[in-house]
Formats: sequence, structure tokens, C-alpha cells
Amino acid sequence: MKSAVVVFPGTNREHDIADAIERAAGARPQLIWHRETDLPKVDLIVLPGGFAYGDYLRTGAIAARSPIMHEVVRRAEAGTPVIGVCNGFQILCEAGLLPGVMLCNASLHFACHDVHLKVETSQSLFTQHYASGAVIKVPIAHHDGNYYADEATLDRLEGEGQVAFRYCAPDGALDPAANPNGSARSIAGIFNRTKTVLGMMPHPENATDPALVGAGGGSTDGIGLFRSMVDALA
Amino acid sequence: MNAKITPNTIAEHGLTAEEYRTILGILAREPNLTELGIFSVMWSEHCSYKSSKVWLKTLPTSGPRVICGPGENAGVVDIGDGDAAIFKIESHNHPSFIEPYQGAATGVGGILRDVFTMGARPIANLNALRFGAPDHPKTRQLVSGVVAGIGGYGNCVGVPTVGGETNFDPSYNGNCLVNCMTVGLARADRIFYAKAAGPGNPVVYLGAKTGRDGIHGATMASAEFNADSEEKRPTVQVGDPFTEKLLIEACLELMATDAIVAIQDMGAAGLTSSSVEMAGKGGLGIELDLDRVPMREPGMTAYEIMLSESQERMLMVLQPGREAIARRIFDKYELDFAIIGHLTTTGNLTLRRNGQVVADMPIAPMVSEAPQYQRPWTKSPLRPTLAADDVPPIAVAEALVRLMGSPDLCSRRWIWEQYDHLVRGQTVQRPGGDAAVVRLPGGTKGLAMTVDCTPRYCHADPETGGAQAVVETWRNLTAVGATPIAITDNMNFGNPERPEIMGQFAGCIEGMRRACVALDYPVVSGNVSLYNETQGRAILPAPVIGGVGLLADVGQSMDLAFKRPGETIVLLGETRGWLGCSLYLRELCRDGDLAATTWAPPPVDLAAERRAGDLVRRLIAAGHVTACHDVSDGGLLVAIAEMALAGNAGCALSSHAGVPAHAFWFGEDQGRYVITTAAPGQALAAAREAGVSMAVIGTVEAGPLTLDGTPLISLQELRAVHEAWLPRYMDGA
Repeated sequence: MKSAVVVFPGTNREHDIADAIERAAGARPQLIWHRETDLPKVDLIVLPGGFAYGDYLRTGAIAARSPIMHEVVRRAEAGTPVIGVCNGFQILCEAGLLPGVMLCNASLHFACHDVHLKVETSQSLFTQHYASGAVIKVPIAHHDGNYYADEATLDRLEGEGQVAFRYCAPDGALDPAANPNGSARSIAGIFNRTKTVLGMMPHPENATDPALVGAGGGSTDGIGLFRSMVDALA
Repeated sequence: MNAKITPNTIAEHGLTAEEYRTILGILAREPNLTELGIFSVMWSEHCSYKSSKVWLKTLPTSGPRVICGPGENAGVVDIGDGDAAIFKIESHNHPSFIEPYQGAATGVGGILRDVFTMGARPIANLNALRFGAPDHPKTRQLVSGVVAGIGGYGNCVGVPTVGGETNFDPSYNGNCLVNCMTVGLARADRIFYAKAAGPGNPVVYLGAKTGRDGIHGATMASAEFNADSEEKRPTVQVGDPFTEKLLIEACLELMATDAIVAIQDMGAAGLTSSSVEMAGKGGLGIELDLDRVPMREPGMTAYEIMLSESQERMLMVLQPGREAIARRIFDKYELDFAIIGHLTTTGNLTLRRNGQVVADMPIAPMVSEAPQYQRPWTKSPLRPTLAADDVPPIAVAEALVRLMGSPDLCSRRWIWEQYDHLVRGQTVQRPGGDAAVVRLPGGTKGLAMTVDCTPRYCHADPETGGAQAVVETWRNLTAVGATPIAITDNMNFGNPERPEIMGQFAGCIEGMRRACVALDYPVVSGNVSLYNETQGRAILPAPVIGGVGLLADVGQSMDLAFKRPGETIVLLGETRGWLGCSLYLRELCRDGDLAATTWAPPPVDLAAERRAGDLVRRLIAAGHVTACHDVSDGGLLVAIAEMALAGNAGCALSSHAGVPAHAFWFGEDQGRYVITTAAPGQALAAAREAGVSMAVIGTVEAGPLTLDGTPLISLQELRAVHEAWLPRYMDGA
């Protein structure tokens, strides 16, 4: 699987996700600076986490207008898979590749801790290694992860199977107490209509390394997402 | 520029008449206002260490692993395989009290710059915070702002905040303490220093533009607060972590070339201290054309430009002919880049503004003739020893619940969950344990790190308290299986012009010195923050120690969580039941004479510390330990309760004769660890051989915590009480 990780000024998890991809695919992604206007021929485009442009103005808003984003949007529309994690999800929304926006967490605080996610469907190139309904543990690390869209959009996302992940209790129950940021309908990640674009707030890349699992938390449940992509795209 | 220097002007600049006379001698004329301003910041307590230097010199600063000790931007230690760890701790106390969010945020930014200036990629941040009494009207707002500020900056720059400590005490009502530490990683043969070389070489300004913020920050941080301290808000700088992130990447990219001769961040005293330090260390002069300094607004005077403490700025001396390489990298990151001057052979700091020379002053005497004071000091009085039998016994279960839910012992989750402690994907041990463990990229090697201090011990007996702060970091590193390497210190004290405060300082330094020598644990960097007092009331002295240790394989690191039912719980080290200065006494015996008296803190036996710590590391390496935790604040049962919560497992404990129960379980005797083991026989034999006292005190169980078969508390209740206090307090309930 050949992949490219787009680096914006202020991106800070490009190496985390490059490491996770390398662990799953055996090959390291190319890092592409945001001022580039062309992308190499790749099977997967990654928008990583961080604070592109300091999240000034609005999360993802300035990054979505970076030169490289014309090409990212063009490739995505032509069917190249794109995954955006955390800040990458925010940028995908701002670029119009995914519906909705991210509000400030309901707690008004930055939140960094493990959460449980319910895998809504295994029927995607991103989630085929999971069973539908499976519960995985991965961390979040964000200040603005409170997913918002109007009711009609949310109904459509649910109706067309575009919800990828929801925050849940360890047993899979959709408990409001397990929703860490106030996201509408506990949505943690969504697909576009063709399920070739995935945006998610949690960090599966930070749940792929057995050496980092310990008494204080951690898991390797994120590996399934990277294996799914490798199997689908290699 | 021709404003007359009056005695009033001199006093406003925090200079004494004597210091001004020295300036007249150096210049052989009257200074102008710009020159006076430059002297005032260079000779401020914050920049010159004038009250503390004579004492700091007594600390051990060398060792087989030390590449660079105090005096540069940060300390550098050899961690093998050509790698170097670069670290330092620094205070931002005064600004954080005046403007908590920006004060704390720029504290993080400043310490990051100290570390990446030397060529290191920052890999972890820690912080030590001290606030006033929870019921003081300002405390909640300070906690909220400081924590948000640290998170806002550290999270954005993408450096994980992996550890720290937070205490509450009424002595911090008027002066909170915000100490930030950064640990970075570099190649040992690619360390960058501040020493300028090569007359004629270009001096380059990088980073953010210069504005009118933070003027006289260093001077503000060198004075006590009074009733109108709120009005000092304009002296606090404003942070821009986005620019800092770009500055980190740009500097590290440029450092991979051969373009840089010397580099210095513009921290306290901004352009003044960075230019003076670089030229001074190289024995050269420096000439700057201030018109070329990138400025946020027009009309800034030379005085304002030189004294601004605008953040996210660096000064570099480049190799001749390398300007284009540097410009290309800084253009990529859209950062300001300006050649603002060059090195000279005059030995002078020469400044031009609007074509005129506005300052021309010799650099060498500015450093060599900087005031240095042997301030008078009095030894802190010896405190009486408190016998355990004189302390009212409280039922063990009740005392445990009250302590675990108290402000100083409750869970800090509310704080560290606001910090991104996972970014970079190398965090092996997250916040909440004895020490954080961060893996170095590309291998199995890791660094352990912790910050510790017990100010109430330092107040009661400075020498013991200073030693205790050092040994507690050493124990915390040991408890995760790391070999302690070196420390950085952040000396937070009151007004050094008062002999009793200077006595606290001298005592703490002596205790630290003894501990560092006994443990082969040198000081490689540090920072001093004095004048932490308001209207004559000083803080409890806080010599905060940041310790760094090395792990050859992070897979072998140890944590504090109980693992399997049936494993034996073992106490290493001697328990005499020392309740003087304990949290049991402070939190549970508030009424009456006991609380009103300052009692002697638990003594620190450095030889015993060394024996116990070396034994623990050996036992961990041999695979005989399944969990390990040092015993500190709150005593033995608090340590055990923390292990139970971390492992989500209870325990069956048994009483011990000889020491009253409340003193046995809650005394704060030093030099102790709790371990669990599946091989108690081997552990016992090793302890006997090492001359370390050891006692089997119970077993790990699936159920609740019990003592002699009687339930103390269920895990669920224990967790509830431990997690409740801080979020409830911050919600204003």
C-alpha cells in the first residue's frame, strides 16, 4: 500500500500515523508538505492530527484552503481513499469532503484519555477487519471534537450507513456518560457516501503498539483499522 | 534618549544606589535610559542569580554522564549509543499569578526553547504546580487558568505532557508556583551552544515579531507582590504555540546543516540577554541595527525593543555565506528572518536606531562585575520531634478515606487529562504513576522522568527537606526500574533580603548537595525564583527537583498496579511511624496545638536510601517484582491504596506490632518502597543480604482492602472518594 501523509504547519501526529501505517503495511508513507500542489500516485491519502495553523480562526478552516487541498479533494472525488484523524477530520469537514462541523468539547476542556468505540459497520475498506458492533478501545486527544450536523444530515448519515464509529461504554451500550465531547448521536467518525473517505476524532494510530500498553491504559485495537486498509489497498 | 537619570529612575529599574555606582564605573559616564534598562534586566535577580549564585556553586554538577552542566540553556547528559538527553526546569510563578493562562503557557514555551535551542527534539514536558488554599477565592481560577494554559501550549506544539505534581497550601495564596520542565533528545555530537565566534559573522533574528509585551518581565519577577500586583498584567507575555511549533521544526531543520555558529533563545530580558550572553561567552562584541528587527508595531524605541519579552524568538550567529540556507528554511515555515547585525572585536554591545548609536557599552564587565551578594542568613530553628503516641489515633479505615479524598492526595486525573500525554506515540507510562516513561524513537531505550518536592518538610527543616526532594525523585525513578542519572532544580523561595528566607535557601541547598553526592546524582541545570511573597508573607520554600533516569529496555519498566491475587505485598525500608509534618497530622488533626506547631519532618538517611533503591532496581531487573511504588505523602496505606486503584485489585493486610496502627499506616518515614512479588523468598534473601529491612504486610486479593480480615473499604468506594474531590472542586461545588 502506497500512502501519503499531508503535513500542514502545526500538524503534530504525522509520525504517529506514519509509524502505525509502517507497522501494518511494511512501507513508510511519504510526507507531503502542504504547499505542494501535486500528490504522488498513492493508494491512500492521510490527513493527520495536530493543530494546523494553530487551529486559529476555526479548527481546520485555514488548512482546508492550503494549496495541496485542491489535489486532495480532486483525488478523493476520483475515488482515492482518504482518512482524516482528529485535526484531519476537522479539515475534511472544512474542505467539504464530509458533512458537519466540530464544536468545542461540551466540557470546554481538552480531553486526552482512552475511549470505547462501537464499530458501526465492517462493510468498509477502513473497518473490514472488525466485526460490525465490535467495541474497540482507542484514545482521544482534542479540544474541539463535538461533532455537529443538522438533524436531516444526521438522519441521512445514519440512514445511508455513513456512521463509522460511535462513542460507547465498554460493553457497547450507547451511554451519554461515555460520550466524551457531546458529539451528536455519539458520533466519533463518519464516511462519505462512497465510504472511501473516513473522518474520525479518536486516534487509532496511538493504539497500535503493544509496547505502550500498560497499567495506565492503552490498547492495540487500532491495528484492525490499518490492517483493513492494507488488505483493501495493497 | 537624553532623559535625565534620577534616583527615582534608578529605583524604578530595581537597581540599588550601589549597583548604579558600579554602572557609572563601568561606563565612565552616565548611562542613557536604554543602557540603564539593559543593565537593570541583566542585573535583575532573575537573570543574574545575584543572591543565589554563591550557594548554587556548592552543588555537584559533574559526573561520568554529564556533557554540559549548569550555565548553558539546559543540561546535557550522555545516555549511551551517541544519544544525549537535554533537560531543564524553569519557573513562571509571577506571570502565572497575574495572568494564569498566558503566564503558564509562556512558561511551557520558554522551557521548550531552552531545550531545542541546544539541538534537541523536545520529547516530554512535566510541571510542578502549587496553589493556595482551596477555599481561597483566587485558587480555583488559578488552577483553571494554569492548567488550561499549560495544555493549550503543550498540546498545540505536539510535545506530550507526561508528568507532574500539584499541591495546595495557604502559603501560596498570594504567589502560586508554576514550574515547567522539558526533556529533549539530541545526538551527543550535535549539541548547540550559545558561545559566539568569528568577528564579522552575521547575527540573525528568527521567529515571531517583537512587540511591546513583557517589557520588564524579568524585573517584575525579581520583586515581591503588593496590593496592586494586578496592574502588572502588561508585563506578562502572550504565547503563540503555533509559531513555537514552526520555530522548533525550522531550528531543527537548520541545525541539520552546518550553518549555525551559536544560538540562543530570547527568553527573559529578550534581545538584551541573548545578544549579551552570546557575545559575552565568545569574548566578542556585537553590533545590532535595531531598525532591522521585525516589529509588530511602528515607533518602538530602542529601550522597548531591547527589553521586550515577546515570545517565540531566537537569535543565531551564522557561518558566513550560509544566510541563504537559513532564509530558505525559515521562509518555508513563514517565520520572520532578519540579519540584524554582526559580531565585532570591540567587546561592546553597540545598538543603532534610526541611524544613531543609542547604546554602546562593554559586555565583559556587564557579566563579570554583575552584583553578587553573600546575603546574611540565619539557620532555621530546629523543630521538636513528635511522638506517635502524642497524636490522636483515628480508625484506619476512616483516616484512609479522608486522606485519599483530600486536596493533596486525591486523583490529579482532572488535570492530566487536559494534557495530550500521548502525542508522538512513545509514552510507555502515562501520568498517575511514580515516574513517566517515554521511549526513544527507533529502539527499546527509554527515559523516566519525575518532578518532586515536599515544601512543608523544607519549611520545617530546610536541610532535610532539600535532601528529601532529591531522594524522592531518585525513588520515583527507581520504582519504575530506571537508573537515575541527573537532576534539574527549580528553587522557589521568598525574599532573599530576609535572613530567615536566605537561611531556608542555604539549608535546602546543603540538603540537596548531600543527597546528590550520596546518590551520584548531579545537578545539570536549574532556575531560581525568589521574591515569592506578598505583603511580607513568604511561600513555603519549594526546591522542586526534576529527575531523569535511563531504562535500557522500556519493556522491563515497572509500574505500581497490583497484578495478580495471591502475590505477596512487601514493605522495604524501616518504619518507625514518623507523624511530624505528615499529611495525617495536617489533614486529620487540624484542631489544637498539634496542628499549630511545626514539627520536625521525617529524617532522610542517605545511606539507607541508597541501599533500598539499589536493592529495588536489582529485584526489578531480576524479575522478582510485579509492582512497585515508593512511599511518600500520606504514608504506607495511601501507597497501597494507590496500587490497588491502579491495578483494580484489593488486598488483605495484617497489623504490625511495635508501632501504633495510625503511625504505622500513615507515618511518612523515608526510604521505603512497597513491592508485590510472586517470589517472596528470593526478595527476602536479597533484602537481608543488602541490609534493607523488609516486612511481609499482606497479599493482593480480588476483593476489597481488608486489615486483619476486617474490610477497610471496597475498591469502588475508594475510587469514588479518590476521584471526586478535584472535579467537584473545579465545578465550584
